[in-house]
Amino acid sequence: MSRIRFTAANGLSGFLDFLSKQGFTVLAPVEKPATAKPSVVFEPWNKGDPVNLAKATVSPKKAVLPECETLFSFSKKRSPADLNQFELALDARPEAAPVAIFGCRPCDAAGFPALDMPYLSGLYADPYYKAKREGMLIITLTCDTGCETCFCHWVGGGPTSPKGSDILMTAIEGGYVLQAITEKGQEMLEKSGLEDGAEKFAAAEAVRKNAWASLVPAPNLSRAPEALKAVFNNTDFWIKWTSKCLSCGACTYFCPTCYCFNITDEGSPQGPKGGRRLRSWDNCMSSLYTREASGHNPRPEKYQRMRNRVSHKFWTFFENWGSYLCSGCGRCITNCPVCLDIRAIVLAAIAEAGNADTRDAGK
Amino acid sequence: MPVLKDKELRIVGFLCNWCSYGGADTAGVARATQPTDLRIIRVPCSGRVDPLFIIKALFEGADGVLVSGCHPRDCHYSVGNYYARRRLEVVKQFLPVLGIDPRRFEYTWVSASEGQRWQQVVTDFTSQIHELGPAPRLEDAEPLLKLADMALSSLHALGTNRNAPLAELKEAIKAKLPELDCVIGWQQGYDQAHATPLFMTTPEDVDKLTWGPLNVMNPAVFLPQFKGKKVGIVVKGCDSRSVVELLQEKLINREDVVIFSMPCEGTLDMGRVNSVLGRYTRIDDIKYDDAAVTITADGKEHRFCMTEFAQGKCYSCVTPGAVIADTRLGQPVPVQPGSVTPPELAMLDAMTLEQRLGFWKGQMDRCLRCYACRNACPMCVCRDFCISDSRNPHWMNQGESPKDKLFFQTIHALHLAGRCTGCGECQRACPVGIPILALRQQIARAIGQLFDDYKSGMDQNAIPPLLTYAPEEKNIHEREWK
Repeated sequence: MSRIRFTAANGLSGFLDFLSKQGFTVLAPVEKPATAKPSVVFEPWNKGDPVNLAKATVSPKKAVLPECETLFSFSKKRSPADLNQFELALDARPEAAPVAIFGCRPCDAAGFPALDMPYLSGLYADPYYKAKREGMLIITLTCDTGCETCFCHWVGGGPTSPKGSDILMTAIEGGYVLQAITEKGQEMLEKSGLEDGAEKFAAAEAVRKNAWASLVPAPNLSRAPEALKAVFNNTDFWIKWTSKCLSCGACTYFCPTCYCFNITDEGSPQGPKGGRRLRSWDNCMSSLYTREASGHNPRPEKYQRMRNRVSHKFWTFFENWGSYLCSGCGRCITNCPVCLDIRAIVLAAIAEAGNADTRDAGK
Repeated sequence: MPVLKDKELRIVGFLCNWCSYGGADTAGVARATQPTDLRIIRVPCSGRVDPLFIIKALFEGADGVLVSGCHPRDCHYSVGNYYARRRLEVVKQFLPVLGIDPRRFEYTWVSASEGQRWQQVVTDFTSQIHELGPAPRLEDAEPLLKLADMALSSLHALGTNRNAPLAELKEAIKAKLPELDCVIGWQQGYDQAHATPLFMTTPEDVDKLTWGPLNVMNPAVFLPQFKGKKVGIVVKGCDSRSVVELLQEKLINREDVVIFSMPCEGTLDMGRVNSVLGRYTRIDDIKYDDAAVTITADGKEHRFCMTEFAQGKCYSCVTPGAVIADTRLGQPVPVQPGSVTPPELAMLDAMTLEQRLGFWKGQMDRCLRCYACRNACPMCVCRDFCISDSRNPHWMNQGESPKDKLFFQTIHALHLAGRCTGCGECQRACPVGIPILALRQQIARAIGQLFDDYKSGMDQNAIPPLLTYAPEEKNIHEREWK
């Protein structure tokens, strides 16, 4: 059988229903109406829920890295046999219902392989992350156009890039062409009973080509790591480019590749609900992220925090893992309260480093 | 001690050490019969009762909260209960917007000798709470997603102010620039349809300055970080109120700030503009006429009429011109007398308490706690030392429940009581469009009603109402327990 399937637009909910029946928790983009800023967020899909396939406001990284997850819960109770003794209980089972992400974009899907590197490829694999990641199925909708704030093609992706996806879906007239990328995707498509779409693939390819044609050409970022290294100590540069930053966490929390977390204990072991050890998102824009117990903070200024973010994404992560920690989704730009543009900073760093080279050469 | 099922409700009492706690003691010694629902927490003074104690108790499962202190004019610390009276009354008026029945919270005055009165207070308050029954919980509320009606009339003409004397303003800034570290304003952002803050240090920077309805950010948020340095700032009317409030609270020095102003005829609600523009690869053109901005994106023209697409706050704006300025250019449009209830607040006003609870549950669910609301707020000056980040005291936990997220919003709103100038940056900054400004607007409305139409950020010599007191309050009744 072919790796290409087709479904009419009204057949999507049937496909989602099929996925639910396969035991997946389906995370689908759902619109949250708001007067000022209607947002689209990934939520567990139930039969009959309307899906909004616009690019989501929030990335689906919560499927592997929830905003807040319980690592374990604990309780301490007096032993009924001997009231001077305590009984301790600890429950550390990772929650890992297999998740299918439906309708994310190529930039969202590309975020997962990036997250895999620190969480799975280091000395120790993170068991919580691993349990969630292994069961995952990612069904990506290709973008039909570029976008002013998107820059996936700057960082090795693209509007139709299959990176990270199990199934790549393209909207064509009358429905969607689904293309299996991985064996897992192929297996699911085979089971789904969707009609063969081989003859419609040409239409999908035309749509994909148009998407690439709509892109504004990308600048060359290959010098970004060395440039950011070169400007690291250039305080004036960083102050100039980050003076408008408010040091909030919007850029990191909406980013599909930012992965920092904080661990806290909440609740009391002797309370009625017991205690929980939580892992929740943290961000390098926050003062507490680096503040030490002594009170000393090695990154007291906001320019240092933003410098860390940009340098990590385009230099230090690249040095450690060989790729940028950015999939070019542009959410840090669109969600920034002051429209801070990370692209502009990276390009400015490249230009600044180039200037410095020229200056040095002239000496 | 666990609550006696069905017989008792959970009522928390905060009692001042010197009067009411003594009064409760007197009642006890006299063996006065009292309901047993109340759990008493002794505090040094009713002035010690942080409004957050009350909200936290109600959020975490209390069915009622009672605060009791010394009678006014009889405070052990002379004035603690005067301050408390103002704060507690504001809290009482704030509760309904969250969906909490204000009768679940009362404050009263009982002296140490008034054992009998204490008995009466406890009995009455407990029966009041029993009449109301167990408090509805945010956790159990049915989420409600509702939209505000944005078809509003405004107090002044809304327009694009395209004829503002921008060239003159630039000259004025350039003339002052040598004496200043920098001047804060706006420039074009990542495309022509978006502005971003600008920090001008050279005449070339000044040439980048823009003026118009895209200048949504409030530059006053940056001022406190420059304290001690001499800086200039370009303001719209609403921004100038934030500058005044910062001056009122002595967070910046007047002699260090040079204020440039031009009249504003309204700013665009970029959230709504962006959703109309949708996905585009480039802005081809942007044109202004008197009433609207026309943005052409990917060859498609969109006309944004200011009367339709202004930010909610602009409809009730009474300060199109700056409240304070050193260099003032242009003539602001006239403002009609009257008031407009802001759209989201009007929507909440029309809801029942139960619906409001459901509304906040439905809205806060998608909050990611990025704290853009807090950091965009010009009055949030604690910056790196916010109590929401503190582990000790442990006000906020890291849990993901809408309740915890809403609790942060009440922290922010209550810390802004009598200080919030209504600039709306919290709501504008929210990446997921949660209408959190309504909480601040409700408090501002209560402050206005209680304190002779007080508006924050209008007079740099005025003392914010919660930082002072009056022995006899005009609009706060003594709350004698009947």
